[in-house]
Amino acid sequence: MSTVWTAILAASIGCYGLKLAGVSLPDFLLNHPVVQHAAGLLPAAMLTALVITDLFDANGRYGADLPLLAGVAAGALALRLGGSLPIVLLVAVAVTAAIRSIA
Amino acid sequence: MFGLTFGALAVGSGLTVIQAVVMSAVMFTGASQFALVGILGAGGSPLAALSSALLLGIRNAFYGVPVTRIVRPSGGRRPLTAHFVIDETTAMAVAQRKRAAGRYAFWATGLILFSMWNLGTLTGAVIGRGIDIRALGLDAAGPAIFLALLWPALARPAGRHVALVAAVVALLLIPFVPAGVPVIASAAVAIGAGIATPASNTEAER
Repeated sequence: MSTVWTAILAASIGCYGLKLAGVSLPDFLLNHPVVQHAAGLLPAAMLTALVITDLFDANGRYGADLPLLAGVAAGALALRLGGSLPIVLLVAVAVTAAIRSIA
Repeated sequence: MFGLTFGALAVGSGLTVIQAVVMSAVMFTGASQFALVGILGAGGSPLAALSSALLLGIRNAFYGVPVTRIVRPSGGRRPLTAHFVIDETTAMAVAQRKRAAGRYAFWATGLILFSMWNLGTLTGAVIGRGIDIRALGLDAAGPAIFLALLWPALARPAGRHVALVAAVVALLLIPFVPAGVPVIASAAVAIGAGIATPASNTEAER
């Protein structure tokens, strides 16, 4: 089995295991204030890092693709204006594609 | 629509249709799936992709606490209930004022999203084999979705601070470490900040 398959299966089963732990473990383990605090900050930090690397990592070097930057910036503007997730996705993809088709 | 995007991006990142379908059926948590596919697509190691997917999936364990209180699954229903514990179902369940309505909202949202996500993934993966991801702007889908999921956390000062530090750390690491590692480093930032800064009771609830 390829390492990609191994990663996919391990991540799939692992993510399900985390959900199962959440509905099975006694409350006090997950309700610990420090644990909750750290876990609450985890998505904010990781999602930020994912956005940064998607935008500025060009195969291990700094680089930015202008249509992509513009598209994601347009998505951020849509968020700022209160757009829902589907709208934001559509705006970002459409703006990126439109700029690429012109350039 | 997200399912379509995920399926297309997955095959565009070099995964097979079956791999995309297995992920949506078994993992069924969008942020982890997009992270795994994105890191593999960027040339990251399978280990880095796996670690990021798991670290992002940790939040679902914490959603289990309010969900269990509202849904009160019997022993046999627990494994199925667990599968549906994601951002959207938790948000819908806790938003209802009555427990019965919350329970209904959880199952209805879960069943609808699970069906659409999997149908979308299959369709997107099959169509995606023949399309040009870049020409369609689909490479913007990942960062746009991450940004939208991140947005509510930025409303809180603690969320803004940790996001800023994570951004700086990730940016500085890009030239020095393999793809995916900056994302794992940002998880360490969050855990460090969680231990070092005082907790307020509202943090974990999104």
